[in-house]
Amino acid sequence: MTLTLTSLADLLARLALWAIVAPLLPGLINRVKAWVAGRRGPPVLQLYYDLGKLWRKGVVVSTLASPGFFIGPVVTWVALLGAAALVPLGPLGATLSFRGDVILLVYLLALARFATAWAAWETGSAFEGMGAAREVSYAVLAEAAIITAVLTLSVHSGSLSLAALLAPTPGAGAALLAAGWFIVLLAENCRVPFDDPNTHLELTMIHEAMVLDHSGPLLAVVLHGAALKLMLFAMLLVQAVVPLGDLSASVAGAVLWVGVLGVAVGVGLVESLLARYAFRRVPLLLTTAFLFCWFALMLAWKGGVA
Amino acid sequence: MTDHLNLLIGLAMGLNLVALGSSRLPSLIRVAAFQGVVLGLMPLVMEPELGVLAGLIASATVLMKGLVIPGLLRRAMRAARIERDLAPLIGFLPSLLLGAAGMMGAVALARQLPLLPEHRNSLLVPGAAATVFTGLLLLVGRTKAISQVCGYLILENGIYLFGLLLLGSTPLLVEGGILLDLTVAVFVTGIIVDRIQRAFDSLDTRKLTALHE
Repeated sequence: MTLTLTSLADLLARLALWAIVAPLLPGLINRVKAWVAGRRGPPVLQLYYDLGKLWRKGVVVSTLASPGFFIGPVVTWVALLGAAALVPLGPLGATLSFRGDVILLVYLLALARFATAWAAWETGSAFEGMGAAREVSYAVLAEAAIITAVLTLSVHSGSLSLAALLAPTPGAGAALLAAGWFIVLLAENCRVPFDDPNTHLELTMIHEAMVLDHSGPLLAVVLHGAALKLMLFAMLLVQAVVPLGDLSASVAGAVLWVGVLGVAVGVGLVESLLARYAFRRVPLLLTTAFLFCWFALMLAWKGGVA
Repeated sequence: MTDHLNLLIGLAMGLNLVALGSSRLPSLIRVAAFQGVVLGLMPLVMEPELGVLAGLIASATVLMKGLVIPGLLRRAMRAARIERDLAPLIGFLPSLLLGAAGMMGAVALARQLPLLPEHRNSLLVPGAAATVFTGLLLLVGRTKAISQVCGYLILENGIYLFGLLLLGSTPLLVEGGILLDLTVAVFVTGIIVDRIQRAFDSLDTRKLTALHE
């Protein structure tokens, strides 16, 4: 991997693309939800306005908070952006690609989660601690599913780098993998069957509870990081399931973006049609996601032997 | 042909897990019925030329397992006015994991068995073993009489899958007899459920162990 000036420019352009496009997805989800409910809904670009507004505001800090309160959201955002830099963009491929980058991706996601939980604990508020405890305990199950999905892809393609991992046409397990990964996407991004992004009742929320005390630019960073994470998961889902390698470059690019938008619409539909699950049902659903990925792994493995 | 069959069996095996994970009685009944219908369609896929025998077995199975038996169970459920929440002895999460482990065990077991070459690539044997295991798990792990009937139904689905291996050589009479037996068994259980409910004000079969003269 030689870091020339052009590849550096390419990397920066990609990061800018990720940062600019990501807040579109939550807006789209809200639009779909509004459409199903028969409302007009907020504009698709609402999150951009929110981010701009938050950026100009001041920060309120708890007297208990240490510098970790400020460092946490920033570390989360940088880790997520770094993870996004590793993800190949369909026909464009990845700028940063090396053997085992998928493991770095998983660790960056874990680092982002750790930093969010850390910043939540720094506030010294019981609600934040509760939200962090929930987030981390569900993550145990969600990460099992993520790692199984990664294993499936790497067994299927016989490779450990993301670009090669996502390139080959998926086998029979693609549907299983898609179902499992979609559930993980909902859990990881705190969407409806697991967490309700609209609720502001501290006792029932997970992610929102963690970021209650954040305000101003810090909250903007948290929100933008959440949008990045959603887009990252959608990107991975589309590329893992749709055989983009068989299409010509321009068609593949179009299919990729349409797929990502489709995932956002799917999330919106799920949010409109389902109610949030009771907490005791959540591990069951996450285990289902794990089993989906697990059986996809078994299929990929058996297909490799036979 | 094998691909379509394997797809159907895979669907049935997936339904096993749904049955283990469902926490409501009506959804459990629905899953058992749907699995019966999926299994009923299998003779049509297995027989390249659509014989009268295969058609008869398929339509009878779909009718009985998809409509009559679930209808009887729903009636019994309504008549006994039981609460719809299943009370599991083995929790949903452990039973789901046990079911998945059983499924993989079944696949591993089927690879060890000396099967006929035409059955080697099909999921029939592992599917049957996994379904029988799921049925046993539901029988042991749920306390209500009706949910145990559902376990029994799924167990029978597994045995039916085994029977499909011998589709060519089993007389129609035997298949018909099994279906009829099953229907009568569910019918009788429907009556018994009502009696248990009246006598004990509950369908918890654990209370039946404390019977005295």
